[in-house]
Amino acid sequence: MVNTRISTSGLNLWFGKNHVLQDVNLSVHEKKVTAMIGPSGCGKSTLLRCFNRMNDLIPETRIEGTIMLGEQDIYAPKADVTRIRAKVGMVFQKPNPFPKSIFNNVAYGLVIQGKYSKCDLHGRVEESLKAAWLWDEVKDRLHSSAMSLSGGQQQRLCIARALANSPEVLLLDEPTSALDPQSTAKIEELCLELKKSVSILIVTHNIAQAGRISDYTAFMYLGQMVEFGKTDQVFTVPNDKRTEEYLTGVFG
Amino acid sequence: MKSFKEKSFQSITYITSLFTIVILMGIIYSLFREGLPLFKTVSVKEFLFTQNWYPTHSEPEFGAWALIAGSFYVTLGALLIGVPLGLGSAIFVSEVASPKLKEIAKPVIELLAGIPSVVYGLFGMAFLAPLIRQWFNLNTGLNVFSASVILGVMIVPIIASMSEDALSNVPKSIREAALALGSTKVECIFRAVIPSAKSGIIGSILLGFGRAIGETMVVLMVAGGSAQIPKGIFSSVRPMTSTIAAEMGETVMGDLHYQSLFALAMVLFIITFVTNLITELVFLKRSFR
Amino acid sequence: MNRRKLQNYLGLGVLGLFLFITFAFLIIFLVRMFYMGSSVLSLEFVTTNPRNAMTEGGIFPAVVGTFWLTTLAILVATPMGVLTAVYLTSYGRPMWFVRLVKIAINTLAGTPSIIFGLFGMAIFVNLMRLNISLISGALTLAILALPMIINATEEALRGVPSDFSEASLALGATKRQTILRVMIPTALPNILTGTIISIGRIAGETAPIMFTAATFYSRRLPESLSDEVMALPYHIYALMTEGTHSASQVPIAYGTALILLLMVLSISGVAVFIRFNIRRNRKW
Repeated sequence: MVNTRISTSGLNLWFGKNHVLQDVNLSVHEKKVTAMIGPSGCGKSTLLRCFNRMNDLIPETRIEGTIMLGEQDIYAPKADVTRIRAKVGMVFQKPNPFPKSIFNNVAYGLVIQGKYSKCDLHGRVEESLKAAWLWDEVKDRLHSSAMSLSGGQQQRLCIARALANSPEVLLLDEPTSALDPQSTAKIEELCLELKKSVSILIVTHNIAQAGRISDYTAFMYLGQMVEFGKTDQVFTVPNDKRTEEYLTGVFG
Repeated sequence: MKSFKEKSFQSITYITSLFTIVILMGIIYSLFREGLPLFKTVSVKEFLFTQNWYPTHSEPEFGAWALIAGSFYVTLGALLIGVPLGLGSAIFVSEVASPKLKEIAKPVIELLAGIPSVVYGLFGMAFLAPLIRQWFNLNTGLNVFSASVILGVMIVPIIASMSEDALSNVPKSIREAALALGSTKVECIFRAVIPSAKSGIIGSILLGFGRAIGETMVVLMVAGGSAQIPKGIFSSVRPMTSTIAAEMGETVMGDLHYQSLFALAMVLFIITFVTNLITELVFLKRSFR
Repeated sequence: MNRRKLQNYLGLGVLGLFLFITFAFLIIFLVRMFYMGSSVLSLEFVTTNPRNAMTEGGIFPAVVGTFWLTTLAILVATPMGVLTAVYLTSYGRPMWFVRLVKIAINTLAGTPSIIFGLFGMAIFVNLMRLNISLISGALTLAILALPMIINATEEALRGVPSDFSEASLALGATKRQTILRVMIPTALPNILTGTIISIGRIAGETAPIMFTAATFYSRRLPESLSDEVMALPYHIYALMTEGTHSASQVPIAYGTALILLLMVLSISGVAVFIRFNIRRNRKW
């Protein structure tokens, strides 16, 4: 029996007159990795950014349908956007640590919510860095600039920064596309470890990556959710012809 | 739902922004409030187009034409010197100079912009004017020519830095196209690059004009100060700005003389305001970015 | 072909000549200022009061006056300028209001400084009855500095990559928290550069303080905001145009000008240095 962490029903999204997401239905299961694949411009990143309302930042965005985060409708008029974003962590395509110290990067989410006292903060930062497998590499230089880390380390720092908020869901938007193969492998392994405690939704261009780490796979094409199911099933016996064509490299 | 803190922070930024408009309105209001009453006594036509400026006589006359003309003479002279120097330097730095020379030239030109105008005034008054007097065998070196030289140098950095921006925004492909067609460097610069950067260059010259006509200390110290239409480049003149600066101290608040100086400031403000607006809207298109 | 070649070298030569003349003027100017100024320069010159109707002694009150005028002006103008720039870059609605603010800023930036002086006299000195005082002059200078600080800050804030603000918002920060904790700290070195440059500009301004703050001679230092003050730029002007002992006043004027010049140039030197370091160390 699996629980649903995020579910969308009848989700439609427009950027101005552009109908970017068309009637999307999706369920993200608790403590699993769900991968979203599809060709560029299919709307997978836009969908991902719906889950923490980052699309709010783009002017002339219109949204219909509902997205439930657990019991909560995150597009309800009364919903507190900042609280939702704290509960739904996000890691971006390009590592984007703040030009602050490593410590202050990880502490950022906690500090702005004013929830922690000074010594709690230290513990929580350590915990998050350990969870992101970065602690051993940076424990001696917590107060040096995050900009001095390598690309892969920076991305794991961004993961640690998101984890510090104790999110229920972690959104990863092509997190390895700017990284070398070794750093990529490390982050993939990390995902498998992290799913013990958090639901993960990952957008990826890399089909093989989806196959390696995900439990469920969603295939999107031209703004529609073409297929969604267990990864081994989608990869071996896809229901839709377009899925099969994409997976075998007919287009992409 | 936005919290109280969010809303109040946004309101504060909104109010400070509003303040810039309030200040501008305040400037216009104060100039007109103090200056307009003059025209109850002196007609606009008399003020603008006659040239007897005797504000302290027992029967005072307020013909500002010589002062307005004085401003334009000096400014024109400044442009004749500042435009070739500024534009020439900009073109040389942007198109010809080696990267190393570029790295030196740009801060040096910026340095010129940082010199306070009163120091330019001192230099003009105590160094340049005596030289000019000697060289040309004049009674005084404080005249249109000296003021134009100093003002001209003052506007070099404005013209140079803005037209350098315009030139460096010209795409490389235009230069390559011109050179590939067999033009020499100079032909490429004058027939391909400069025409493409035209509006930015004209904008920079207009800004230089606005700066020169509004400059006070240099003309106050170097232009000589007689309220007459200049007869040549070695005549002494009294531009609007130096009239205001020199005479304001002698006025009593609210008397005709005081009002006439504010009226002069109105004329000056309108000139710079219109110049600015044209520059911004037509040539630089910055306000609507 | 030869004619064109000749034309080419001639053209390049003339362009180079213009740059050379600009350089030459600056060199003559600096040499003259240092040569004439250094003859009266001494520690005593900067730290003592003028004596004997300005024909002897130092310029200490003017140094102090300029320091206070500039400091107060910047303290008033910087927060206002930064907040306005925040509005323009981060809130920026409604659009017509933004355009109006931008036109106002550009107009203020192009307005001659003597007009700020008249405005200060009409509003601060007369209407608000602050009289000719330190505070009237500082407020006038603050208005003069405002457009420079707004423009520099706006550019600095626009230079902050959107990656940073997105990351902050995605972590659950509010817009205000994002601005105060990420945008402004990231843009701070550039904001600082802009502010320092405007310090250099207003420290050298004469026309705006002529009728609002400056006095030719004061035996004592300013003790409160409502005192008249001496100021370096006005002191130079006064020495050159008032008084009757030009033989002894001109060297003092040169000395004062050299002090002002050194102050202003070292201030902009600091700004250039900061900017240089930002460019070198920037990692994003």
